[in-house]
Amino acid sequence: MTNPNGRFGIHGGQYIPETLMNAVIELENAYHHYKNDPEFNRELTELFHEYAGRPSRLYFAGKMTKDLGGAKIYLKREDLNHTGAHKINNVLGQALLAKKMGKTRLIAETGAGQHGVATATAAALMGMECVVFMGEEDTTRQALNVYRMRLLGAEVIPVKTGTATLKDAVSEAMREWTSRISDTHYCLGSVMGPHPFPTIVRDFQAVISKEIKEQLQEKEGRLPDAVIACVGGGSNAIGSFYHFIEEERVRLIGCEAAGRGIDTFETAATISTGKVGIFHGMKSYFCQDKDGQIAPVYSISAGLDYPGVGPEHAYLHDIGRAEYVPVTDDEAVNAFEYLARMEGIIPAIESAHAVAHAMKIAPEMGKDQIIVITISGRGDKDCAAIARYRGEDLHE
Amino acid sequence: MSNIQKAFENGKAFIAFITCGDPDLETTAAAVRAAAENGADLIELGIPFSDPTAEGPVIQGANLRALNGGITTDKIFSFVRELRRDVTIPMVFMTYANVVFSYGAEKFISTCREIEIDGLILPDLPFEEKEEFLPLCCQYGVALVSLIAPTSENRIAMIAKEAEGFLYIVSSLGVTGTRSEIKTDLASIVKVVRENTDIPCAIGFGISTPEQARKMAEISDGAIVGSAIIKLLETYGKDAPGHIGAYVKSMKDAMR
Repeated sequence: MTNPNGRFGIHGGQYIPETLMNAVIELENAYHHYKNDPEFNRELTELFHEYAGRPSRLYFAGKMTKDLGGAKIYLKREDLNHTGAHKINNVLGQALLAKKMGKTRLIAETGAGQHGVATATAAALMGMECVVFMGEEDTTRQALNVYRMRLLGAEVIPVKTGTATLKDAVSEAMREWTSRISDTHYCLGSVMGPHPFPTIVRDFQAVISKEIKEQLQEKEGRLPDAVIACVGGGSNAIGSFYHFIEEERVRLIGCEAAGRGIDTFETAATISTGKVGIFHGMKSYFCQDKDGQIAPVYSISAGLDYPGVGPEHAYLHDIGRAEYVPVTDDEAVNAFEYLARMEGIIPAIESAHAVAHAMKIAPEMGKDQIIVITISGRGDKDCAAIARYRGEDLHE
Repeated sequence: MSNIQKAFENGKAFIAFITCGDPDLETTAAAVRAAAENGADLIELGIPFSDPTAEGPVIQGANLRALNGGITTDKIFSFVRELRRDVTIPMVFMTYANVVFSYGAEKFISTCREIEIDGLILPDLPFEEKEEFLPLCCQYGVALVSLIAPTSENRIAMIAKEAEGFLYIVSSLGVTGTRSEIKTDLASIVKVVRENTDIPCAIGFGISTPEQARKMAEISDGAIVGSAIIKLLETYGKDAPGHIGAYVKSMKDAMR
């Protein structure tokens, strides 16, 4: 889907300072070399299987299916991966690639902390130095993940600029990368940023849809009718969609964080409320004002609290291949609680956005139809915040 | 010939960066005039951006102060139109790609021409992406200034061959901000530039002292100073222009 210049339709590209150009070119060349290298792929597959616990389960949510009374619901359990989210897929791929490139230090941004934890984990495993940039606001929302990163040997730098959330963490990681390139790989956590990141991250996450396809074939002998995933930058969603893009009868649905609603200023639903712009190395949709100033965004979910979306999602939206729908904080919190009680699975609040949309559409679908929801991560990290959302005085 | 060429006809060029609207446009106007009267050869006017990823804390702060003061692209255009009544030295805009893109590239670049802005510096628009705005810049006679970094290496010749206006050589890795020492082998970079183009080149990032400006002028055609000027605005606010004038004079004198 990527053309040679890293474009997805009009989106993508490499809008970065000259200082970083040779670094991304070096990365692109290394990736082209290793992506078809049997030894690299053998090592990565072994890490996926033996370390991350892949393949992740495709679980038939029987009780939820019965309760909603419509389509059969399967959950792709990325929450069962080591470190508790899909982020590890990309990180193991990039860390292995960085190591082959001779890099000894990984830097990363993180929102909810899941990508930071995954990067710190891979760095520990591979004996690399690790520095994670995290918005100061998020370090309080996700204090447990900050501790996990430090426990794993990473340095966590709270970012105080701007809105002190994910976008500022990305900006600061980019600034750090321009100051130290030779030994450092920027392990970007989503399908965003300058080419080749959107392609590399997608390829490492595409294992999700590859497995869904095989597992559902085994269980049901057919393709799903819909695949639903949450979208911030969009890495678990593109991973869940990728091997179905060519299967035109499979609906692909990305759930954006609407925060308090897309008719308010407290939202992070980029495709619903944003317009095309150029930021963080890419052309895509961004929440911004009329002068192109990036808007402060809001979502209860730190992982979806980002004013942009990956360029391939922007393209899939433009050509009408995927649908992008807004889901509010309230709907996500309800779904978080629903899945806990109904199936005994506590999803990440990010993933709960996808669950919430499935709860809306499943009852309208036939009993012979199939929905796959990607549970991108586990919800332990969110319990204290959701308790507070419900008015309980709970602190970690 | 680009008007920018004039900036390099008065010995080594001193190029001053000033963020529009920090702390307000009246102060910006006074600062520009003070710089011009004291020997600045070219002014880079910064149009603030909410998330300036190539800037260090000092210029980030200026962007934030200006945006909090309610600055907009349209207000800056009116301001420059007014400034051009008496300020005749070359001026360029420095901002980020999204500011130009979201305004409507043609509307933005044609307005630059109309208000006599001579060039455009966009730190997040590398060689590979310059087609985004280059055709419009050529159409309206606004120079799209290219940057060369310490990491450019094999890219220097390619960038220099197609450069317009002047070449902005980034002195060091990292973001903008003052540095006590500049370690990059800039003379080698300039040598490759000279082999590939006749347009002038100036060095920026990290320069704050007259001694540094003199050294940069020895190896290139000029020195670009941003953060040191912004620090004066941060410290003295509305009273900064007098200090900026004296500072610019000391820098230009060191380069003569």
